[in-house]
Amino acid sequence: MESLTLSDVEQKYYSELFLSCDVDNTKKVASNGKVLDLFRAAQLSNEVVHQITELCGATRLGHFGRSQFYIALKLIALAQSGLALRVESLNSVRDLPLPRFVMGKNEQETRHAVMFADTENQGSYFPRHPGRVQAKKVSAHEMIQPCVPTVDPQPDTTSPVVSPHQSPPTSPHAWRKHKRQASGGNVDRQPSVPGVVWPPFREAQPVTGDGMWSAHSPPPVQESWVSFTDTPPSSTLPMHPPSAQPESTTVRTVPSAMTTNEIQRQISGYDDPWKITDEQRQYYINQFKTIQADLTGLIPGSAAKEFFTKSKLPILELSHIWELSDFDKDGALTLDEFCAAFHLVVARKNGYDLPEKLPESLMPKLIDLDDSAGVPEPAPEVGFSASPVEVTPNKSPSMPSLNQNWSELNQSNEQWETFSERSSSSQTLTQFDSNIAPADPDTAIVHPVPIRMTPSKIHMQEMELKRTGSDHTHPTSPLMAKPPELSDETKLAATIKFPGTTVGDGYSSSDSFTSDQEPISSAVNRQRSHSGTSPEGLKVVAPPPPPPRPHASHSRSSSLDMNRNFAAVPAGPQQPGVVAFPPAVPPRPLPTQTSVPHGHRSVEGDGLPAHTSTSPHQMPEQPNFADFSQFQAFAVDQPADDGENASDSGQAERCAETTGTMKTAKNDVQSEERNATTVNSTKVSTPLAPPPKPVRRRLKSEDELRPDVEDLPQKSNIIATVLATQPSIPRSIGKDKKAIQASIRRNKETNTVLARLNSELQQQLKDLLEERISLEVQLEQLRPFSHL
Amino acid sequence: FIRFVVLINYPLYIRSVPTQGELKFHYTVHTSLDVVEEKISGVGKALADQRELYLGLLYPTEDYKVYGYVTNSKVKFVIVVDSSNTSLRDNEIRSMFRKLHNSFTDVMCNPFYNPGDPIQSKAFDSIVSTMMVQAC
Repeated sequence: MESLTLSDVEQKYYSELFLSCDVDNTKKVASNGKVLDLFRAAQLSNEVVHQITELCGATRLGHFGRSQFYIALKLIALAQSGLALRVESLNSVRDLPLPRFVMGKNEQETRHAVMFADTENQGSYFPRHPGRVQAKKVSAHEMIQPCVPTVDPQPDTTSPVVSPHQSPPTSPHAWRKHKRQASGGNVDRQPSVPGVVWPPFREAQPVTGDGMWSAHSPPPVQESWVSFTDTPPSSTLPMHPPSAQPESTTVRTVPSAMTTNEIQRQISGYDDPWKITDEQRQYYINQFKTIQADLTGLIPGSAAKEFFTKSKLPILELSHIWELSDFDKDGALTLDEFCAAFHLVVARKNGYDLPEKLPESLMPKLIDLDDSAGVPEPAPEVGFSASPVEVTPNKSPSMPSLNQNWSELNQSNEQWETFSERSSSSQTLTQFDSNIAPADPDTAIVHPVPIRMTPSKIHMQEMELKRTGSDHTHPTSPLMAKPPELSDETKLAATIKFPGTTVGDGYSSSDSFTSDQEPISSAVNRQRSHSGTSPEGLKVVAPPPPPPRPHASHSRSSSLDMNRNFAAVPAGPQQPGVVAFPPAVPPRPLPTQTSVPHGHRSVEGDGLPAHTSTSPHQMPEQPNFADFSQFQAFAVDQPADDGENASDSGQAERCAETTGTMKTAKNDVQSEERNATTVNSTKVSTPLAPPPKPVRRRLKSEDELRPDVEDLPQKSNIIATVLATQPSIPRSIGKDKKAIQASIRRNKETNTVLARLNSELQQQLKDLLEERISLEVQLEQLRPFSHL
Repeated sequence: FIRFVVLINYPLYIRSVPTQGELKFHYTVHTSLDVVEEKISGVGKALADQRELYLGLLYPTEDYKVYGYVTNSKVKFVIVVDSSNTSLRDNEIRSMFRKLHNSFTDVMCNPFYNPGDPIQSKAFDSIVSTMMVQAC
């Protein structure tokens, strides 16, 4: 014969076919009967078949050698394409579609692969790329192989098999019929599928010839099984086409044509080898209904056991399949679980090894496609790729870790939210009474990156928190790690913390503060209490948050910003003065501070240098403080409110008010501050107030904690620097929003710092006043003596 | 080394890290059963005795500890560990038993598993392997 050049695809395909025809396993000769069957399945007229046989030389040889077989196949392809049968054309025709074989009815019946033979699928099969076809054929072929042996040993079992199968019958039958019809419609297709897919269910396939049936029912079933699972991971399809679904090639190997179809279909269905095609899924659903009418219900274990036992798989394997598919371990199967189990059974039947873990595509979906498996599906399950949309294998990043992913996602979302919430909460904190609290969170959330600094700061805070192993009492970072519900709380707490942190007296106001925060959330209040226990911020200037209080900085900073700032500079106080403030005033705050207090600061600047006297110093500070706080609050608000520029004026007002309050006793001051802040907050929607308050508190607490006058100089230095560097940023309303926000932020930071300074100085002032009073008393006592 | 045994008066599942010298462990487990029974039949103690015994089976030559755990359905889990393996604390043993119990429950839920059959679940095996790795 003429030499025959075959493309790779063709080569594979033909070899598959040859092997399928090679029932005698001679590897060389295809039995005539089989070959002729195959040829007939090509749906060519008998004459054509004869002609082909002659041409390929089989007539001469009397049998089909491999080369003859190949030639014949090519000729069949030619014939099917409508081309003249010419030997010459064997090699000349390029891009010849692979020959298509349609299984005979009987074969089909016996070989039904259950579901898969839908017309549509069939239709889709054909246009498959030849490559795919090859792949399918290979798989189909392989499938067939295992099936074949099974055929023989089982004839005796057919009858017993048949009987139990009575039950599910209807659907398979329906399938088959449908398929057959479909196949009738598609000459090319191998309707095979129908029917046998589920051997156990095959039961009585009245359609199939009894003889065949009995002999083949188990085997066909198995074949169909085989076809079912085209895509097992161990699939023999080297070329497993990436296309999912209906890749199934039109090529259907003859003997196992049906299975081939099915297999191919299956294969195509699986990019991911374990995907369930629509047909399959539908079939499974129908089967499910036979056991449990309610699609949203469960199949109890015993019923499932009976059902799957019919598949004649070893109990051990069935047990393993069960373990894989019973996702929620409840001893019952939901629809999704059932489909997965069924699918695995089919795969196993077809010779594919069971996976160790449930494949992604078989994972029960959270949202069942049919809305029927909703029941106990674990929430984080990844959607099935199975049904209608096969695909998206990428749906679940990693199936086994679905739950984790989901939870991670949730956490991340929450974290994100916490982020924003934090910022918002911080803002609210600064405002204390800002009734914006309710609104803030929203606004905060709106600004995903609340404060540019914050992300880093929060990060740092988080890191700190994590380092310290903070629990949910830690505002920032812990939030991330915590469950979502806590995040809010923690955030608030974080912000709240600093007010309530440490300083006992300073934090008496924390209560009020919390009350202020009421609108924010009760959680916040709770947080406050927590924060109250974390005085570290005050005590430890050092940025690295002391173990108990993760956010040393955070607690310090009334606003999230501040915390972040501090967190950013956990390492070490950037400046001595800064150190005095909530831990680690980050560089940012400094610049902002410097920038912020520009206008207001001018006053402070005067007094700053002269730290010797606390009172004068404090005086200027107070106004500054007020300003700062407002700025700070402003800055804090920044994320929330872009257009908070107007808060500058508000801040000024607040400053004035706060300054007034500052002068009173610490507690009083604090309360007044709070009031002032509340007042301010009312004026300004943004949570400016809270930041100042906490700042004040911090300062005060700082004063208490470190009644070092040295702090004053430091503070003054800081303030001076802040003032010095403070441009008229707050006025840049008309400028770029970002610039404004940045400036606001800086101002806020400055505010915070200054507020702290202020509080410290206030503390010192009080101490000094007390001393003075005591001295005066002594003097009084002494005087009378002197008089005497 | 470490050894896990699940039994209901006869072994359902045995797994050892060093797979040699098992006979000795068989004997040990068998004798420990007596102690377990003794404890179960004791006063109305909670059946889930997580920590059963630190057997006096500390022979000079063979020093190992045997821990027992009984479920409400009289399924016994036995863990034998080398005494030289002091890293295993009681809590860890308890957690191991808990995991074993959970895995065993999962196996039980499988309708294809008949109680009383040897446990041939891969999931169960994997969990036991994990624990063995952790323990050794």
